Amino acid sequence: MFEPMEPHEEKPIIYTMENKPIVTCAGDQTLFTGLYSLLAQQLPREPMEWRRSYGRAPKMIHLEANFVQFKEELLPKEGNKALLTFPFLHIYWTDCCDTETYKASVKEDMQRWQGVLRLHGSSDWLIVVVESDGKKKNKTNILPRTSIMDKIRNDFCNKQSDRCVALSDPLRESSRSQESWSSFLTKLRTLLLMSFTKNLGRFEDDMRTLREKRTEPGWSFCDYFMVQVLLLRMLLVRNLLNLPVRSWNGLLLRRPIDMEKRELIQRSEASLLDLRSYLFSRQCTLLIFLQRPWEVTQRALELLHNCVQELRLLEVSVVQGALDCWVFLSCLEVLHRIEGCCDRAQLEANFSHTVGLWTYATEKLKSLGYMCGLVSENGPNSEELNRTVDLLAGLGAERPETANSPQSPYKKLKEALSSVESFEKHYLELSHAALEMYRAIGRMRSARLVGKSLAEFYMRKGDAQTAQTFLLDSLKSYTSEGWSLPVTHTRKQIAECQKQLQQTEDYLQTSALLASDANLTDEERKHYCQEILTFANQASENKDQRVALSMSSFAQLRELRFQPAAATVHVGAALQLELRLCSLMPVPVRLEQVAASVHFSLEQPGTRPGPVGSQRRTGVSPDGTVTFPATSPSYGPPQSSAAAALELYEMQDRSPSDNTLNSTGVMCKNVHLLLRSNDSTTSLDMPRGSASALTMEDGAQMLKTNDVTLLPGSNSIVFSSMQAGTYTLRQLCATVGRVQFVLPHIYPIVQYDVYSQEPQLTIEPLTDNLLAGLPQRVKFTIVTGHYTVKKGDALQLTNSTSMPILHSSSCSACILSSTEELVGEAALSIQASEKVTSISLPPTPPYHILEFQLEVLCHIPPSPTRAESERLTNGEVRHRPKSRTRYNSGMASIDQKVSIDCPWSIYSILISLTFYTPFRAKHSLLSAGKRKYIQVCLQNVSDTNFCIANQTLTELQHTPSLELLSLNAKSRQLVYSKQCLYSLWEMKWSRETLPPCLQCVFNASFSPADAPDTALKPYSYEFQLERVSTLYTVKADIQPAVGEEQCRAGSLCRLEVSITRLTDATEAEREDEEAIETEGLRTTKLMYEVVDNSSHWAVCGKSSGLVSMPVAAMATHKVQMEVMPLFAGKLPFPSIKVFKYLPHTAPPMTQTTTSPLLDKGLEDQADTASLRSRGSVHSLGSSDHQQQQRSVPMPRLDPFSPGQVFNCSLTRQVLVLPSTDDHVLEVNVT
Amino acid sequence: MYVIICMHCFCPQNYPLYIRSVPSQSELKFHYTVHTSLDVVEEKISTVGKAMAEQRELYLGLLYPTEDYKVYGYVTNSKVKFVIVVDSSNTSLRDNEIRSMFRKLHNSFTDVMCNPFYNPGDPIQSKAFDSMVSAMMVQSS
Repeated sequence: MFEPMEPHEEKPIIYTMENKPIVTCAGDQTLFTGLYSLLAQQLPREPMEWRRSYGRAPKMIHLEANFVQFKEELLPKEGNKALLTFPFLHIYWTDCCDTETYKASVKEDMQRWQGVLRLHGSSDWLIVVVESDGKKKNKTNILPRTSIMDKIRNDFCNKQSDRCVALSDPLRESSRSQESWSSFLTKLRTLLLMSFTKNLGRFEDDMRTLREKRTEPGWSFCDYFMVQVLLLRMLLVRNLLNLPVRSWNGLLLRRPIDMEKRELIQRSEASLLDLRSYLFSRQCTLLIFLQRPWEVTQRALELLHNCVQELRLLEVSVVQGALDCWVFLSCLEVLHRIEGCCDRAQLEANFSHTVGLWTYATEKLKSLGYMCGLVSENGPNSEELNRTVDLLAGLGAERPETANSPQSPYKKLKEALSSVESFEKHYLELSHAALEMYRAIGRMRSARLVGKSLAEFYMRKGDAQTAQTFLLDSLKSYTSEGWSLPVTHTRKQIAECQKQLQQTEDYLQTSALLASDANLTDEERKHYCQEILTFANQASENKDQRVALSMSSFAQLRELRFQPAAATVHVGAALQLELRLCSLMPVPVRLEQVAASVHFSLEQPGTRPGPVGSQRRTGVSPDGTVTFPATSPSYGPPQSSAAAALELYEMQDRSPSDNTLNSTGVMCKNVHLLLRSNDSTTSLDMPRGSASALTMEDGAQMLKTNDVTLLPGSNSIVFSSMQAGTYTLRQLCATVGRVQFVLPHIYPIVQYDVYSQEPQLTIEPLTDNLLAGLPQRVKFTIVTGHYTVKKGDALQLTNSTSMPILHSSSCSACILSSTEELVGEAALSIQASEKVTSISLPPTPPYHILEFQLEVLCHIPPSPTRAESERLTNGEVRHRPKSRTRYNSGMASIDQKVSIDCPWSIYSILISLTFYTPFRAKHSLLSAGKRKYIQVCLQNVSDTNFCIANQTLTELQHTPSLELLSLNAKSRQLVYSKQCLYSLWEMKWSRETLPPCLQCVFNASFSPADAPDTALKPYSYEFQLERVSTLYTVKADIQPAVGEEQCRAGSLCRLEVSITRLTDATEAEREDEEAIETEGLRTTKLMYEVVDNSSHWAVCGKSSGLVSMPVAAMATHKVQMEVMPLFAGKLPFPSIKVFKYLPHTAPPMTQTTTSPLLDKGLEDQADTASLRSRGSVHSLGSSDHQQQQRSVPMPRLDPFSPGQVFNCSLTRQVLVLPSTDDHVLEVNVT
Repeated sequence: MYVIICMHCFCPQNYPLYIRSVPSQSELKFHYTVHTSLDVVEEKISTVGKAMAEQRELYLGLLYPTEDYKVYGYVTNSKVKFVIVVDSSNTSLRDNEIRSMFRKLHNSFTDVMCNPFYNPGDPIQSKAFDSMVSAMMVQSS
């Protein structure tokens, strides 16, 4: 806008740059023109430091200047504040080098120039003297350069000698020229900046003064504003753009500066809007100039909002809608401006910046449309038409600069307001543009909000279908994010759409949701509820046409209670199912029917354990209630977060072989629920598409209750049931007239069982172990199941002799219910015949338990251990496990089988009871010379303490001459658990010989220690003794060596063994073939052996030998041998063993039965001295010996029965003195 | 007069944990405004989040202005969003004051979360939180 002052130069570049400070040039114009390009190029090359006033930080700037020819008009008049046209520096150019010329013309010219400057109070000037050598040459009367300079200085620069500069040879490339150039430029810059600072400072001062005066009357903001704007523009002009732009505000225009508005301001006639518009337009131009168009949109929006707010605050009166028009126009104007300076791709990338303006414009257009009645179906009425006319008039004429563009905002607005159709066209265009932009930048919520307002528009136009699609889209987003108020509002709109569209089912569903919506007032809720009820009660020609709605909006299932709590009943019993439904309706609703459909899964009757052991179901609390998570049907936090708590289980994987832990973890059992997609959770809110889910399952079993009135809030409904099986609750359906409210799924899964059970009989002992020999109580339990025990029903027990049933008179049975509560007691009558014991049962209802106790006795078998006496050596009983007997802590057990006939079955039941024998008996035969004793050891192996009395020992077949003399205490004796009782009898006989075989019975009475005397029970033990009488006595004697009085260690002693036959040949011996008839004398061969296992003795010479004994009484055989004691002290005699020696003629088959071979262990045992005579065992038996026996017929050794050989010197000892040499005793002290 | 709303974002849904507004006719409009502002919040989080998730400023500043309201946003490190809506005519509130209000809200919210009986994700029903918000609303109205 700075027009060239004078087109004296052709170079346009100088004058197009408007934004530079002005420097005037006087004097020799041709000279300056020659230097101009160099000057303009050189001047901005180096920066200058600009020191500013008021403590502002210094700034480095590059100076540029606009050189113009000096004219008097250029100089500012008094009071003119035009900073931009202000000449900051005046330069006089001359190349005069001769005094004459100077005096003649130049000086005069300079004086005139100075005069003009002085007149205008300008002291910023500079005189430049250009010297060139070329010019000097031509002239003859050349003065030195300095003289001209001096003259000029003298004439003009009184004290300011620096205002005159010389520039020598500027067009030449020489060091001198360069030097002078640089000094000249520095001076020029300094002066320019000085002047600039001075003038700007003065200007600022003026401005401040003006500002301080603002409270004075007559102060004009416009004046102040213009001053400030000028200053800022000046700064801008100087590229000093750290502008305080904050104080700028304004609006739109296409021309860089709206001179029209500016004039208005200068004339102080601008309105607030005008002023703001003007300011913004300037800002806009600046920002676009700075390549920041997106900031324009942001500021535009801010400005518009501010303006609207301010106008409202200031209560400025405007025509209704005028503001909307202004905003609309402004928005579009800015958008057009932006579109004008950006390409399409840039625009698309920056939708986020422009979309705000689009939406704002859309909103404003919409409100204008509503105001002018362009949105209603019927078109505007007269009042609205008037309003439109007013608004259009207020717009005024279109500005000339946009008149030619067909798409100008002005034209758009005018067109939009002109008719309903065109309004629709423009509105939809704008809305869709905004919608698309929001979608493009991913602001879906904003897009939906625009969609919602579009929906409102469509509703007004009566296009419910289109409106609904937009609304449903919005609703989805609001529900998924749980925004209750928007949800309610949108739903109300949807309901209206659906009503218009006659979508009955959807409308009812929405109505149900609205009726239960707490955000609505009671009246509204009642209205929607009434809508449903009205529809429901409409008589429909088609009865089958029912409408199924989701129950979640109607009522909520809160709790479910089973009675009985276990949710398990038998057939025929009453199972009550109490539902707690929370009605969400604002009014009581009468339901014709409430039905719960159940899914029946067949289960084998009887496989389910009885009511006692039925496992608890998940989710059912001990008192039989199932609580359902409260879910909000319409909104609220999505169910996934609220409903399902994680069901976590610990999982351990152990290796099957050694049970070590392989891995462990936590398992979530309800993942499928938690990970359900969110769409499905909200499906209930979407009436469309969910219709299929709401149908009731056909053919399912139903629990029904009729005529229920559902009050607002909690209600309880009771169902009862049913047939055998396991049932799962699936759906719930409430029927009101034609409307059904369906709860399609019940979760958590609720199941109940109705079972049928077979009768069962069990018999179990009351104690841990049943003891044989004593009366024991056993418990009979009859679980009746589905069977009814009638009067006269009886259990038939087949008697067995070994286990009689003892029936006492006071026998009663308890009847328990299935939950083990005592129902009643009844007496049992037991009748026993020879074969059968019959127990008549009291009448018992089904699914009850009948319990009674009976006493049984199991007789102890007299000799349970018969098989063990197989290889008796001396009567000791060696136990071996046998198949028949089981051992439980050392007790022999007896299995008793009871066969029972039950009234409910044609088959007998076989029940096995196990009894344990409380005692173990052992017998042994003891000898003392010829005298014989029988010892019986009775061991209590049970855990009970017993009293033992009346021990007797009798022969089975009485031998007349034999008498058994008891040596026992008479009184009863206590035998504690695990203790033994020994009893002893002496055998006395009158005749010479004893029978070879004695069969004895040991009898005793026993009772538990705490039982009364009368309860004594018998115990008997049978055993057999063979070859009782003593055949030989063995007597040993050790004599010291001849001449010694005592045996001495280390010296040989004499051992004399004498074997004496005590009896004549017995019956048994005669039968044996072991005796050999030689020379008319019956002899039998014996083998003796002297063994010393304890290494006390060294047997010298033969330690064993054969002896031929005559079979006659008192026949004696003596054997002598040498032994040497190895130690001193009292040494036991070496043991002497005697065997029968059988010649090889004996048939080999007998070998197995009478094997002489015994294991070494037994041989060791034989050494332990005791009163009992022990069977001597031949120690020669070894494996090779045995093998020899097998292959070749060999003579055999056979041991005697216990008692047949009596060793008189078994435990004798002999005193051995230490050897005579060893009378030095070594004593080691440690 | 302004509204305060906090939103939770443990899950993709942005359901409100706490909404409080000065009772007025335009409550519905508040809700729509705040709901829409979530777009901008998310936009800001995602753009800033990429740059420096660590030293992200919690205060998001003015989300977007409308003719009637100014909407300010704040996001905690656990992506809980706070939104404060101020009436446009209320020019006395400075940015710093809004910032300190958010900080107060955040502190109070932290207290709520520290309550062992509070189930994260449930609507906030704490009386302490309530009274703190009331005090703030009174103070700045």
